[in-house]
Amino acid sequence: MSTTTVAATGVAHREQPPALVYGPIAWLRANLFNSWLSTAVTLALAYLIVRWAIGFIDWAFINAIWTVPSNANGTLDSTACRDARGVGACWAVIGDKWRFILFGRYPYDAQWRPAICIFLFIGLYAVSAMRRFWRKELLLVWVVTLAVIGLLMWGGVLGMEYVPNDSWGGLPITLILATFGLAFAFPLSIFVALGRRSTMPAVKILCVVYVELIRGVPLISVLFMASVMFPLFMPAGLNPDKLLRAQVAIILFSAAYLAEVVRAGLQALPKGQYEAADAMGLSFWQKTGLIILPQALRLVIPPLVNTFIGFFKDTSLVLIIGIFDLLTSGKVALADPVWQGFSSEVYLFLAVIYFAFCYVMARYSRGVEKYLGRSVRR
Amino acid sequence: MSASSADPRLVAARKPPAKRLELSWSDPRFRAIVFQVLIVGGVALVLWYLISNTAQNLAARRIATGFAFLGRVAGIPIGEHLIPYDPAVNTYGHALIIGVLNTLRVAVVGIVLATIWGTLVGIAKLSRNWLLSRLASVYVEVVRDIPVLLQLLFWYALMQELPAPRQSFHPVEGVYLSNRGIKLPLLNWEAAHWWAFAALILGCLGTWAWSRAATRKQEETGVRPRVWPAGIAMIVGLPLVVWAALGAPFTLDMPQLRGFNFVGGGTVSPEYGALLVGLTLYTAAYIAEIVRSGILAVPNGQWEAGGALGLRRGTVMRKIVLPQSLRVIVPPMTSQYLNLTKNSSLAVAIGFQDLVSISNTTLNQTGQAIEGIAIIMACYLTISLSISLFMNWYNARIALVER
Repeated sequence: MSTTTVAATGVAHREQPPALVYGPIAWLRANLFNSWLSTAVTLALAYLIVRWAIGFIDWAFINAIWTVPSNANGTLDSTACRDARGVGACWAVIGDKWRFILFGRYPYDAQWRPAICIFLFIGLYAVSAMRRFWRKELLLVWVVTLAVIGLLMWGGVLGMEYVPNDSWGGLPITLILATFGLAFAFPLSIFVALGRRSTMPAVKILCVVYVELIRGVPLISVLFMASVMFPLFMPAGLNPDKLLRAQVAIILFSAAYLAEVVRAGLQALPKGQYEAADAMGLSFWQKTGLIILPQALRLVIPPLVNTFIGFFKDTSLVLIIGIFDLLTSGKVALADPVWQGFSSEVYLFLAVIYFAFCYVMARYSRGVEKYLGRSVRR
Repeated sequence: MSASSADPRLVAARKPPAKRLELSWSDPRFRAIVFQVLIVGGVALVLWYLISNTAQNLAARRIATGFAFLGRVAGIPIGEHLIPYDPAVNTYGHALIIGVLNTLRVAVVGIVLATIWGTLVGIAKLSRNWLLSRLASVYVEVVRDIPVLLQLLFWYALMQELPAPRQSFHPVEGVYLSNRGIKLPLLNWEAAHWWAFAALILGCLGTWAWSRAATRKQEETGVRPRVWPAGIAMIVGLPLVVWAALGAPFTLDMPQLRGFNFVGGGTVSPEYGALLVGLTLYTAAYIAEIVRSGILAVPNGQWEAGGALGLRRGTVMRKIVLPQSLRVIVPPMTSQYLNLTKNSSLAVAIGFQDLVSISNTTLNQTGQAIEGIAIIMACYLTISLSISLFMNWYNARIALVER
């Protein structure tokens, strides 16, 4: 049957020379110069890309200023950069400020501690991402790593100088807000998701109101609430510091979004799983912990990672309530009179850092999606 | 099967016997009641604790609660207002209404632009032209992985680095780009334009009615009368005729450089421009992905089946593929619209005076923190719920009607 079809098409089409069917020329014809419209689009885009790329390379590399001399009173002299405004980038601002942007006002000599913390965070993400380590012990790894990070950041023991969290800043703050936010919001979100599917009306209403209320308002208003209203809620004299308040706000905010993701997983699970667990005579918590959650959470790993990427980016909003995260430290670095006006360079530097983290996570999420969907694809 | 299930004895046998509620831990209903009482009681206790603390703190700081401050004179200078505003005369309530209008102005324009741009990028991603689809993918990837606040700050910095009015970019007659914003020529709006506008609406209604009539005719006779000639005549021709009949007035209010600034014309301020550009580009990247997956979700067989029926490609797209992909597209699109609206609150970081920015100033000036934040939350909840309700209505309208 199939051979006759091949023969039939072979007769119908005139034989094409191999160079026009396979190989780079054929690829070009099929993908870039398919029709006159496609050719026009290709040429126009190629022209724009080349022009833009030349302009960018000129600005970022050829005409760029990499270092500037210091003047008589010890401060850096950015005159060379100011002369090159609009023509070349001034990477000297990064050279001067990169430690401030990454670590904020953390004592200069102790900055190896937040640097180690950054690597610990990255290691923690890497270990959690590997399917091989998805066991109960992973929980222990998280607790230990987060404790070590706290110890390193605060110090005060083992000869390390005590650093109050008012002087923390930069990338570690961004990572702390995102990671601790996830560590606390995730368990909370599971309870909220279960509550929203509960048959108990009071529990269900409470969870629905919480989730919809939080999801209906912007994160900024929750952060404002934490920074302005939270002190009013606490008994007089007890005033938790700013970072903790922002952290609580982020936890409450992200739990509502994660709860919806988890709920989607609970809903996607076939009803037979619930009924089979009931038929085995398992209690609600046995059923949930042993049968439902392990399957449901596995299903929603890609959207969970995507939601986490969202929070990672959203931690930058703490800029508005004056917490010293990566974006804030970049902005403060720009307030230095020497470097005023070189925002493009600093923002580009920040964008590369954020991009690196988010891109890797997004790639990972897509990989897991492919892995989970391999039965469907066949 | 149906006969046996209708047997009343069997139906009765299937129902579990009604049990009385037992006051025992082994009765699930009793457990449920105890749990709910405990949880509601716990939540009420926490709320009561927080409220009593708040009341004490407010009393200690001598802050009077209530919304009386809304009637006081605001004194907040506001650069951009859609309705008349004078800080020396108008009240906080009035200032907050301006804030809501500014938020809506960003949200509505942003949603329209992001939908158009996002759809274009989504289609470009599916293009058979390798360069175009690659470029669209790179755009989506880069924009989605950078915080929107950083992007807004970047665009705002870029707007501020534009040259001063005297050295402004001047690409087309009447358009000036400078650090005071974008200056555009405005049409001098006259009565004739109102009439032409009314004629346009009339033309649209007429075309819609004509298209309905054509469908009815098609159902009766099988032949569809042409709609587009009448449509063009009514939508384009009618307003033009009305406009020409009233003397065809057309004068532009051109911006002109006088001294150090511009006079006349319309302005897009740097703050509004940066916010709009940033939010549109950011949300469009998400919309592009939604559009792409929506189009891919329609199986190829639908195209082929439409072709087999002898329909033109455009007709297949409009009548078969698009309605099906809209079902996949609309729900996630709704949440992107909500995201854009909520992200417009980041205006506070670049100094555009939206609802959050004005409320924030208000609560700093009056000390009415709870009321200020309650107003922000109430407004956003109202906007979010309205968008959700509208999109749910639209979604229900296009949903697949099943048996």
